Amino acid sequence: MANRFDVRRQNGFVSVAMLCFFLLYLPIATLVVYAFNDNDSIVIWKGFSLRWFHVAWNNALVIEASIRSFQIAAVAAVLATITATMAALATTRTKPYPGLTLKYAFINQPLMVPEIVTAVALLIVFSRIKIWTGYSGLGYLVSAHTAFCIPFAYLPIRARLESMDLSLETAATDLYATKWKTFLHVTLPLLWPGILAGLMLAFVVSLDDVVITEFVKSGGQDTLPTYMLGQLRRTVTPEVNAISTAFLLLSIGIVTAFFFISRKRT
Amino acid sequence: MVSRLPPVNDHGGEGNILTATRPAVEAKGVTRIFRGTGRDSVKALDNVSVAIRENEFFTLLGPSGCGKTTLLRLIAGFDYPTDGEILLYGQDIAPLPPFKRPVNTVFQSYALFPHMTVADNIGFGLKMLGKPKSEIEARVDAMLKLVHMQELKNRRTSQISGGQQQRVALARALAPQPKVLLLDEPLSALDYKLRKEMQIELKRLQHETGITFIFVTHDQEEALTMSDRIAVMSSGKILQVGSPWDVYDHPAERFVADFIGETNFLTGMVESAGNGRARIALRSGAKICATAAEDFRAGGNATLMVRPEHAKLVKGRGDLTGTIETIVYFGTDTHIHVRLDEGDVFMVRQQNSRSASCGFENGDKVGISIGDDAAQVLKD
Repeated sequence: MANRFDVRRQNGFVSVAMLCFFLLYLPIATLVVYAFNDNDSIVIWKGFSLRWFHVAWNNALVIEASIRSFQIAAVAAVLATITATMAALATTRTKPYPGLTLKYAFINQPLMVPEIVTAVALLIVFSRIKIWTGYSGLGYLVSAHTAFCIPFAYLPIRARLESMDLSLETAATDLYATKWKTFLHVTLPLLWPGILAGLMLAFVVSLDDVVITEFVKSGGQDTLPTYMLGQLRRTVTPEVNAISTAFLLLSIGIVTAFFFISRKRT
Repeated sequence: MVSRLPPVNDHGGEGNILTATRPAVEAKGVTRIFRGTGRDSVKALDNVSVAIRENEFFTLLGPSGCGKTTLLRLIAGFDYPTDGEILLYGQDIAPLPPFKRPVNTVFQSYALFPHMTVADNIGFGLKMLGKPKSEIEARVDAMLKLVHMQELKNRRTSQISGGQQQRVALARALAPQPKVLLLDEPLSALDYKLRKEMQIELKRLQHETGITFIFVTHDQEEALTMSDRIAVMSSGKILQVGSPWDVYDHPAERFVADFIGETNFLTGMVESAGNGRARIALRSGAKICATAAEDFRAGGNATLMVRPEHAKLVKGRGDLTGTIETIVYFGTDTHIHVRLDEGDVFMVRQQNSRSASCGFENGDKVGISIGDDAAQVLKD
C-alpha cells in the first residue's frame, strides 16, 4: 500500500531514533571499552589489556559477592515465580468480582511504592526481628527479593493466562480430565513460556537490586551491586568496568537463553 | 403431526408420542437465570422440557440468544441449571461436573490442544479415563480412519487446515464413545462448500457410530437437511419440536414460520372454521381456505402463511392481485416480489427452466393463486 501511514517515513524520525539509541548505548559502550583499559584511570585510555578482568577474577570479595547475588536471585526468582503463578491463576481463572482490581493493585504494590520506602520499612521491621530471633542469615535478603520480584513474574504469567483460549480447559474437562489433570495436561504446558519469562524477569530484577539490598543486608552480606557501590566510594579503577562488563554479558546470555527456550515451547 | 410440547409433568415419560422410544436425554422444566450485576438478570432458559431419543440427530435451532447453546452447556455440564432436571437415560446428571458425564462436545472453535499432535488430541479423553496404552492406540487409529485422517496422525494441530481440524475435533469427541455427542455450531467457521461436505460427513458419522447427536445451529437450512428432529427455540423457550417437514410445512406459530424458510404473511378474519380447516376473509375481500393447526373461532383475527413456492403467479385474476415490483434470479429459481393491491409485498418462487424466462416483467399486473393446501392459519 503506497499511502499507508508509516512512522518511519515521518520527518525527523531517523534523527530522533538515532539520538535515543546514542543516549542509551554510549554510556554502556564507554563502560565496556574502558574495561579493557591498561591504566588505573577509568577516563584516560592507555592501551588494550585484560588486566582488570584478571584483577576482578582474583578478588575474593568480588567472587564471594557474585556467588551470593546468584544464590539470592535463584532462590528469590523461583519462589516469586511459584507465588506469582498461583496469584495469576487465582486472579484470571475466576469470574470478575468487586475488589478484583484492588487485588491486582495489592499484588503489584512493589511496582508502585517507591523502593526507598520499602527499603526503610524493611530495615525497621527486620531489625526488630533480628533482635527477637537472633537470626541474621541470608533469609532476610531472600524474602525481601522474593517480595519485590513477584509483580515482575506475575505480569507475563497473567498476560499469558489471559490470552489463552478458555475453551481448551473446558474441552479438557469435557474429555474426563479433573481440575488438577486439566491444569497439569493443558494449562501448565501452555503456560510455560509465560512462567519462563516471569522467572527470567524476576531473576534479572533480583540480580541488580541495590536500594533494598543495601538497607536489608547484614554485615558481610554484600551482593555484587552493593559491593560495587562500596568500591565507588573509595578508589575507582577499571576493575568496576570489568565486573560490569562481565555482568552485562551474563545478563544478555541469560535473557537470550530464556528467549530461545520459550520460543521453542510455543 | 404438529406437536407443541406441553410442560412435562409426568415423571414416567410413558405414553407420550415424543418418548415412544427411550429418551437418551431429557430436560425437565429446566430454567437457567444469569444474574448480572445489580438487578438485571437474564432468563436464558425458561422452564424448558424436551426429550431427545436414542440414536437421533436432534437439532436445537434458533437465533442467537435464544438459549440453544445454554441448553447444550447444561447437558455438557459446563453450566448448571437454576431449576429443573437433566436426565441421561433416566439418571439426573444436572449436578455432575463435566468430567463425570459420558457426554462429549465438539466446540465451535474446535478447542484442539495446540501443544499436542493430532493423535494425542484424539487420545486425550481415553488417557484421562485411564485406559491402557494399547487400547488408546488402537482406538485412535480407528478414529483416524473413521474421519479419513490417517496420514496426519503426527502433525501438530496448527499445521492442518480448518476442515481437517474439524475432523480431529469430531474424532476426539467420538473416541471415548460417549452416550451423547454435543455439537455447538461446529460448521460455522467453514466455507460454503466444505460446510456442505461436512454436513454429509456428520450424517455418515452419526449413522456409523449410532451415537445420539445433539446439534446446535442458527442455520435453518443446515437444520432442515441434517436433522431427524428439530427443536425451534426463541427467547429461552422451545416453540416447536418436530421433523424438518413438520416445522417447515406445519409451523406451530408465526415465529417458527418466519424463522424457517421464507414466508408470506396475510392477515384477515376467520369466517368459518372446523375440522382442521378454516376460511379466512382478507381485507381485500378475497377469501382463502387454509389448514388450521388449532381451533379458531369464527369472527376472530387470524394470520395466514403461504410459502413462496406454494403460491402460483397467474396472468389473469387469482386469489390475490397486485403489481410486480422486482424479479430476482437465483439460478435454480426466481423470486418475484408482488406489491398487493392492499399494500403488502407477497413473494412467489418459481422453478427456473433452461429454455424460458419466468414469463413476467416488472410492472405487470398479475394474480396470485393459492391452492387448497398452500395456506395455513397461525396463531401469533
